[in-house]
Amino acid sequence: MTTKPKKTVDPSVLKEEMLRKYPPKVARKRSKQILVNELDEQGHSQEIMSNVRTIPGIITQRGCTYAGCKGVVLGPTRDIVNITHGPIGCGFYSWLTRRNQTLPPTPESENYMPYCFSTDMGEHDIVFGGEKKLRQAVQEAFDAMNPKAIGIFSTCPVGLIGDDVHAVARDMKEKLGINVFAFSCEGYKGVSQSAGHHIANNQLFKHVIGLDDTPTEGKFKINLLGEYNIGGDAFELEELFTRCGITLVSTFSGNSSYDQFAKSHSADLNCVMCHRSINYVAEMIEKKFGAPWIKVNFIGGEATAKSLRRIAQYFGDKELIERVEAVIAEELPKVKAAAEEVLPTTEGKLAMLFVGGSRAHHYQELFHEMGMKTIAAGYEFAHRDDYEGRHVLPSVKVDADSRNIEELEVEADPARYRARKTPEELKALEDAGVEFKNYPGMMMEMESKTLIIDDINHYESEALIEKYKPAVFCAGIKEKYVVQKLGVPLKQLHNYDVGGPYAGFGGAANFYREIARLVSSKVWTYMKAPWEENPELSATYVWE
Amino acid sequence: MRKIAIYGKGGIGKSTTTQNTVAGLASHLGKKVMVVGCDPKGDSTRLLLGGLSQRTVLDTLREEGEDVDLGDILKGGFSNTVCVESGGPEPGVGCAGRGIITSINLLEQLGAYDADKALDYVFYDVLGDVVCGGFAMPIREGKADEIYIVVSGEMMAMYAANNICKGIVKYADAGGVRLGGLICNSRQVDREQDLIQELARRLGTQMIHFLPRDNMVQRAEINRKTVIDYDGAQPMADEYRALASKIDGNEMFVIPKPLTIEDLEKLLIDFGIAN
Repeated sequence: MTTKPKKTVDPSVLKEEMLRKYPPKVARKRSKQILVNELDEQGHSQEIMSNVRTIPGIITQRGCTYAGCKGVVLGPTRDIVNITHGPIGCGFYSWLTRRNQTLPPTPESENYMPYCFSTDMGEHDIVFGGEKKLRQAVQEAFDAMNPKAIGIFSTCPVGLIGDDVHAVARDMKEKLGINVFAFSCEGYKGVSQSAGHHIANNQLFKHVIGLDDTPTEGKFKINLLGEYNIGGDAFELEELFTRCGITLVSTFSGNSSYDQFAKSHSADLNCVMCHRSINYVAEMIEKKFGAPWIKVNFIGGEATAKSLRRIAQYFGDKELIERVEAVIAEELPKVKAAAEEVLPTTEGKLAMLFVGGSRAHHYQELFHEMGMKTIAAGYEFAHRDDYEGRHVLPSVKVDADSRNIEELEVEADPARYRARKTPEELKALEDAGVEFKNYPGMMMEMESKTLIIDDINHYESEALIEKYKPAVFCAGIKEKYVVQKLGVPLKQLHNYDVGGPYAGFGGAANFYREIARLVSSKVWTYMKAPWEENPELSATYVWE
Repeated sequence: MRKIAIYGKGGIGKSTTTQNTVAGLASHLGKKVMVVGCDPKGDSTRLLLGGLSQRTVLDTLREEGEDVDLGDILKGGFSNTVCVESGGPEPGVGCAGRGIITSINLLEQLGAYDADKALDYVFYDVLGDVVCGGFAMPIREGKADEIYIVVSGEMMAMYAANNICKGIVKYADAGGVRLGGLICNSRQVDREQDLIQELARRLGTQMIHFLPRDNMVQRAEINRKTVIDYDGAQPMADEYRALASKIDGNEMFVIPKPLTIEDLEKLLIDFGIAN
């Protein structure tokens, strides 16, 4: 395998080549989802088509609505019993596959993550309705585990036969005296897992957030939203916050607890990591309880330092600022040294990132720090605002698929709304560079002439790999072995394969070493079998 | 073995017509007939069995688990007929369509249709309109091969009949199912016989029989019997025997040509109902 392209690739030509294989209608649609990055004079990116239905027959990276709700957002919670109402596969294959870690405060504390709960619907439950079985499952879970809360997740057949999961949740909540809530997150509901994130956000906001008004101790109280503790990322960040003197009220939802969710409205600032999966909660908390939100990124040494400084700047406390600077001064040089160490093996190499609704953006920081260029990137399930920035929100077309997902009407809580800053203070902070309620999107920060591809498929991935010969490709399990068979290492960013943490300062150094190991391995040169090098028979495809 | 499905608008008299006709086939022509009720209410074989006492396939499956025997679900009825009810969920829960699929598959696996049963006819009595895939099960490949639609001169009954024809067209190519004719179960609408004959002609089929309205049917039903069983000397019993003979001798099997809604409405206007 060669790690350098043989000659410079013209991305526009490549785009045309990729589109040529498609039928005209498909090519038309895909051409709006494949862009060669170019900013206009105002610094705005082009419009990209995203969050639209995948073309049937295309091997997509996407997951389903249920996966987004149960797997991504609620999956990392340790003390909510999450019951999948459906046939057993949905529950089993969404169980711990993202390697979300959790650390109960004591060994005796509740932790249900090692268990997989499902109603295991069979044919009879489909024919006669599954509500009875669901009720029984909730009762059994209560009897066996005695949890504070139980979540019920609907799979496709539940929606088709019309089991009223919300009525069951209401009844059981009353009967058992604990919080029971349900999610209508049937897999078919949206165009991707994104719909499931929204449904999860809505129900958490309706049924959990704000239930506990006990004041939280601490001077600088924040929530960390959209951090799922894959490979221990959240542990890394928790330690950082502690060292800086920042109180973490709750994390949605890595290493989280139900009680933290219930009092998350007491935090004074919401820090959003994965914008796509959790921005709804940030928006709703601000509207109802008054805490503003900022976008942060703890992936990358520089990005981590910047995010910490933003938080300190928001609170405006001299002591906090100094403490944050002290931590940065201690940690950043170590990260830089780690980067220096790998630079000889990584510098100048190419990376491709096709993952998630934020990760394809965040990880570019890390590659940048190790001298690698992200030549092509795209999201699986993001919307236009994640690509182009939130300023495009008013012009995002809401199609029928998105209308299918409930949009909660949220108003300021008459008793509990508390503006954390005066309009003047907010203005001053904005002038000083703290952007509230803003995510500038991925495309703004990518180089000109890089490729941006939404909802990439296997055919396009192969075309990219063939032309650019990247040193590493970041995606998920569905792509992993296809890409590796092409002789390119694939790093899974949905679950980090076996690695992590990659967040914060310590995580950045881990990532550098992991990528250096991957891109310098010789194993990829042995990908071709002898008969592929010297075939006894050869042929060409009919279209060649 | 001929496999026949009876469709038609809800309340049109499918179950009543099916059982009375089956009684004719069995007692008058000496045929061996099995009736498969595909209505979740499980009341498609009440007149042949003299009551509703039967356990449905799905109930049995639920109670007995995997170990189901044909003897658990088949029951002998009037004149050596074999009756089975597919059963299904309570109204408003679960999926009745899926239930029909499950029970027909089970019947097949248990050998209810095997040659040693020496069946001449299987009748599927299907719930109302074809609302989803499950209810179309009997017309899908290998299940029913002849369809009769029970209809009256009322607008909505004809509308439903036309819709069912669309369903038949859909499966006709793949499954080889054909329309055997319309059975007019009179509601004493003006010029009803002419109207249904014309509808049949437009659909490319026949009105195989016109069943006049007779309170005798009701009376027999209250006594949990078919007319032939209750009082075989009644004129209405002859009507059912006649229908049974026509079905037995029927040779006209077509892929129907459904009407557009405009044509259907025009038909009603032409026959003066709109006035």
